Amino acid sequence: MTDKTGSTGGRQEFEGSLAESDTRVARFENGSRGMAGTIQHLLHGNPTLVPVIVLAASVAVFGLVAGERFFSPFNLTLIMQQVSIIGMLAAAQSLIILTAGIDLSVAAVMVLMSVIAGNLAVKMGVPAPLALLVAFAGGTLAGLLNGLLVTKVKLPPFITTLGTWNIFFALNLWLSGAQSIRSQDIDAAAPMLKVFGNALEFGEARITYGSILMFATFGVLWFLLNKTAWGRHVYAVGDDKEAAELAGIRTDRTLVSVYMLAGFVCAIAAWSSIGRVGSISPQAFYEGNLQSITAVVIGGISLFGGRGSILGALFGALIVGVFQSGLRLAGVDVLWQVFAIGWLIILAVAIDQWIRKVSA
Amino acid sequence: MTHSASIKTALMGAAALIALGAGGAAAEDIGACLVTKTDTNPFFVKMKEGAQQGAEANGIRLSTFAGKIDGDVETQIAAVETCIASGAKGILITPSDSRALAPVVTQAREAGLLVIALDTPFEPADVADATFATDNFKAGELIGQWAAAKLGDAAADARIAFLDLNPSEVSVDYLRNQGFMQGFGIDIRNPTDIGDEEDPRIVGHDVTNGNEEGGRTAMENLLQKDPSINVVYTINEPAAAGAYEALKAVGRQDDVLIVSVDGGCPGVQNIADGVIGATSMQFPLLMASKGIEAIKTFAETGERPQNSEGLDFFNTGVELITDAPVDGVPSKTSAEGLGMCWG
Repeated sequence: MTDKTGSTGGRQEFEGSLAESDTRVARFENGSRGMAGTIQHLLHGNPTLVPVIVLAASVAVFGLVAGERFFSPFNLTLIMQQVSIIGMLAAAQSLIILTAGIDLSVAAVMVLMSVIAGNLAVKMGVPAPLALLVAFAGGTLAGLLNGLLVTKVKLPPFITTLGTWNIFFALNLWLSGAQSIRSQDIDAAAPMLKVFGNALEFGEARITYGSILMFATFGVLWFLLNKTAWGRHVYAVGDDKEAAELAGIRTDRTLVSVYMLAGFVCAIAAWSSIGRVGSISPQAFYEGNLQSITAVVIGGISLFGGRGSILGALFGALIVGVFQSGLRLAGVDVLWQVFAIGWLIILAVAIDQWIRKVSA
Repeated sequence: MTHSASIKTALMGAAALIALGAGGAAAEDIGACLVTKTDTNPFFVKMKEGAQQGAEANGIRLSTFAGKIDGDVETQIAAVETCIASGAKGILITPSDSRALAPVVTQAREAGLLVIALDTPFEPADVADATFATDNFKAGELIGQWAAAKLGDAAADARIAFLDLNPSEVSVDYLRNQGFMQGFGIDIRNPTDIGDEEDPRIVGHDVTNGNEEGGRTAMENLLQKDPSINVVYTINEPAAAGAYEALKAVGRQDDVLIVSVDGGCPGVQNIADGVIGATSMQFPLLMASKGIEAIKTFAETGERPQNSEGLDFFNTGVELITDAPVDGVPSKTSAEGLGMCWG
């Protein structure tokens, strides 16, 4: 079969239409998304943007409604003090939620560790630094227990921490005898336990060491999550555990380390909470676990794991604080504050779902 | 909140198990149940102690139950149901909600049990056969009178903060609150409603959940509203300790009067240390031991306990504790108080 290919210079007739065809390499659509689509894409790329916008907007709105009192340095620093403990718990909670888990035991671990530190340092005369070290170790161990139950016994995190929440709460009541340790007794025996209640004062502003600790904790965790291999592993495990495993990540080890770190952060929060509350109360922070989840969710961290920045939880905690402070100053009853927070949670998750639906 | 629902289911299961264990005792034994708001508050711990002592002394088989937190109505309902099923003769209960527990308690009485409310009256009080309680209105009134006398002429321009219990305004909450107002000389209008008063001396109300953390946050909130507060009423001593911390943080701890109710040992110690100015002491051990005796009497003779004269409950007494006594309000010192305190 001799044909004309050779004689016509290597081009077949039907190839003539090539000249009119699109010569560009495969590419994505653009331009035609419209306003909502563009926003959706922007938020998809920067999930922390939502809480930042909400925080800015709520500060602006409450500033208008409640006026100067809201913007006073005293009030703004007070909000930071009031959210400092829940903020710390939210940091621990974020770590777990990034792995597509949930931790109901965070507040119970914290309160238990504060009781342990108090019992040792105030009631038994153990030097405060040693008592705190025991509490830190205890928090980490509590995390290890959660982590092993999740990875080795293969219990869902929700069930694991539901169980350990009750266990830690009961231990807390047993060890404390359901009695608070008085502020005055702590001052006398181990003032170091209350160090995070001290503050830097600039005029009216009172920035407690506890608030600084909260920001520092978020800073350190942000670094670990974003700038270290461990951090990338955490995101990978949270996004798709099987894929992460196939990629060579030791997923169980990563998960256990996440739970241990969260437990450790709770123990640090325990120290801070003694300074914040003044005394060691076995009954405080009963709803701390739910409040920490609230902060994380409002902060735009996906409950399905692997997506969101830990800084979102910080903004989430601050948003809750700003709402409560603003509504209070505007003279709104407690129950309507609760009502507003409820809607915030639903709105936050709805936005998260909408962002996730983004088409490539 | 599926989490808490599942916990409650678990607790109900546990309560049922306890009841089964108790049911194994000899049939002619007199059974009694104690249902407290929580196992956490030392007040209820003391109450349980009183009940156990009373039960031992009278040869009564006692089962105890408690809600997980204050306000945990479901667990208490389950406990009462379990108690009815166990064949007990009587129930001592501190209702977590004065109204919500009424139906199940009525059911218990219809089943022939004697029901005695301890500490917190039902609404109306005759839902139970009897109430053994501190006169909470009187407890509030005493600290109100004390605060007014302590301030003297300055009471006319006092700036008062109220640190209450929780948003559901249970009876102990409004009784103490309104008692304080009455004692201080504020027109309380509706005595079952906190917040309907129009006295300009009232800065505001906030809730504490009766613990230190809540007390501190509530005090901070009210100071935000008006930094010139100089009198602080608190629902109990842990809330008072929290309020003190908030005042200390702004350097106001020495020029504010804090008053409270309870008479727990740490609270009385706080009177001695100058944290709290005055507190009204109550006697939980007595409530429970008297309650057990009443159940025994009822089981043996069918006789029901009588109320104190002029009151719709049996008054177990209240004592003002302060180291700065004022004329016209009888009180005891913190040193004496430490000998009688609970917890």
